[in-house]
Amino acid sequence: MSENVVNTKKKAEQKLKYTRVKPGTNVLISILFIFLALICLMPALLVLIVSLSSENSIRIKGYSYIPTEMSLEAFRYLFHQSSYIGRAFLNSIGITIVGTLFGLITTSTMGFALSRPNYRLRKFFTWFIFIPMLFSGGLVASYMINAHILGLKDTYWALIIPICCSSFYCIIMRTFFQTTVPDAIIESAKIDGARMIRIFVQIVLPISLPAIATIGLFLTFAYWNDWLMAKYYISGNKHDLFPLQYVLISLEENISFLSRNSQNMTPGTANTIPSETVRMAMVVVSVVPIACSYPFFQKYFVSGLTIGAVKG
Amino acid sequence: MEGDCPVSNLSVKQKKKKGKGSTGSSFDNLEIFLLHLPTTIWYLIFCYAPMFGVIIAFKNYKPRPGKSFLWALFNNSKWVGLDNFKFLVNSSYFPTMLKTTVLYNIVFIILGILIPVTLAILFNEIYSRKLAKTCQTMMFLPHFLSWVVVSYFVYAFLATDQGLVNNLFKLVDPATGRYHNWYADTNFWMYFLVFLNVWKGMGYSMVVYMASISGIDGELYEAALIDGASKWQQVKYITLPLLRPTISIMFIMAVGNIFRSDFGLFYQATRNSGALTSVTQTIDVYVYKALLEQSNVNLSSAAAFLQSVVGCLTIIGANILVKKIDPDSGLF
Repeated sequence: MSENVVNTKKKAEQKLKYTRVKPGTNVLISILFIFLALICLMPALLVLIVSLSSENSIRIKGYSYIPTEMSLEAFRYLFHQSSYIGRAFLNSIGITIVGTLFGLITTSTMGFALSRPNYRLRKFFTWFIFIPMLFSGGLVASYMINAHILGLKDTYWALIIPICCSSFYCIIMRTFFQTTVPDAIIESAKIDGARMIRIFVQIVLPISLPAIATIGLFLTFAYWNDWLMAKYYISGNKHDLFPLQYVLISLEENISFLSRNSQNMTPGTANTIPSETVRMAMVVVSVVPIACSYPFFQKYFVSGLTIGAVKG
Repeated sequence: MEGDCPVSNLSVKQKKKKGKGSTGSSFDNLEIFLLHLPTTIWYLIFCYAPMFGVIIAFKNYKPRPGKSFLWALFNNSKWVGLDNFKFLVNSSYFPTMLKTTVLYNIVFIILGILIPVTLAILFNEIYSRKLAKTCQTMMFLPHFLSWVVVSYFVYAFLATDQGLVNNLFKLVDPATGRYHNWYADTNFWMYFLVFLNVWKGMGYSMVVYMASISGIDGELYEAALIDGASKWQQVKYITLPLLRPTISIMFIMAVGNIFRSDFGLFYQATRNSGALTSVTQTIDVYVYKALLEQSNVNLSSAAAFLQSVVGCLTIIGANILVKKIDPDSGLF
């Protein structure tokens, strides 16, 4: 008996030896991947360290991984400017939440419709969402419509609605529903007399939580990172509407705006803004929520990508 | 789940029978339609309406203050046929713009397939799964950053006075006696843009290919082992051929976008540096600048129209081509 176990173990080991690359190659590959991982991580680390350096250190050494002096000056400054930065932060959070909700509603309903084999307009609407993937009106036409006909310019809606739905997400949703929601459940609910809308809300959505989470995450990150819509549709003087990413874009002018602002607030006091470190501190503020959360959600992203890669 | 198995089997059969003949009750159809009506309206407004907006490209658009866009378009703007296009094509920057966009895209397509596929194959060979997972997570980071954030990362390294690179290597321009101005160095950016693009997309596309590798039946490799296939032969005769559908879909998508470019990469990451225009002005950057910085709607819309129509044709063309080579690999 024990001999048998040893034998199978040996066999397994042998098999492993065959399927594995040689130890030397393994070391090389490992080093390659560690190198790539560091390339991806080091710039973020540099920005973090710069944001924690003192202004003096930057003046002497420039941006450096080993500053001469650490300081929380920049973050303290941002905290005191919370009426401006805080507002941008709240804007970003609000836009992200509302946008994600809108996106989930639009994509899940469309995905559900396309996943129903008995739906008479299924073919039509599959093409309906597919055509925009091939052909789009381009920036000028959509800009004219959004800004001049719908009047979205300088509103929060401009940052939310134009990007809330996408054919890619709809297709992922459809594939999820097709593969994870058994027709039998829907059929039996129908026999019990439930209407389609109720089936969707009370049965399909609750058992499709992984799909909702995946698309929800895609949307959350997309909204948090979006700066293009703000660049197109928000005027430079509408500071109230700025999301965090747009504050970063117009940072150069904004630092002077801040300094003017703070001079107005406290006249007489000579204030030196730690502009070099504040710049990087703002970057850190906008990155930290993402950098801290994505490792936990990574598996959802991977599953979403996997399904997205399946052709429709 | 086990208990109601026969029932669910039965209803599936019933459904199949029904599915052939009728198409559910009309009431169901109506309800499903109502359910996705908001999405349909969204598509009509934000995807289909702009498609008709392409007619701006054939008009000499003249806005008038106080009048709506539609009024200006239909009553105040003359049809000019192809004049906008002629003007655009004859302009001095058009050839550079076209060349920049297409050449970068060709390089991006090649590297965007070569590098992630190689990495995905190598990734599975690392002994330590823990190390592999950690590396993968770290390599995924750039994908989650916006180009705005990336532009600051780049700035931290390349800034003229405080930048890490200049301070570390004391790169002083002999001509001016000052630190090297990276944001005016076109030769450097030509390659650096490629690096940035690979850097940002690497983790993401690696995952796509890894997913399809993990979908390959393990028995194939076992059979190959019994036949004494080496690692390299396994990759060559099993992994790569089975990756072909995924690769061709990624390829078609990329070719369809050959006249588009990542606006964030070319405009934001380069901090819109005027000195770099010759290597960063892609069609997208031009459309943006012409529309929002110079308010030249005519030229901008002509460029956008070319981009949309030619892009649509290339994606269909690429699909036909790929299907000819391998009938199963098309996108549609």
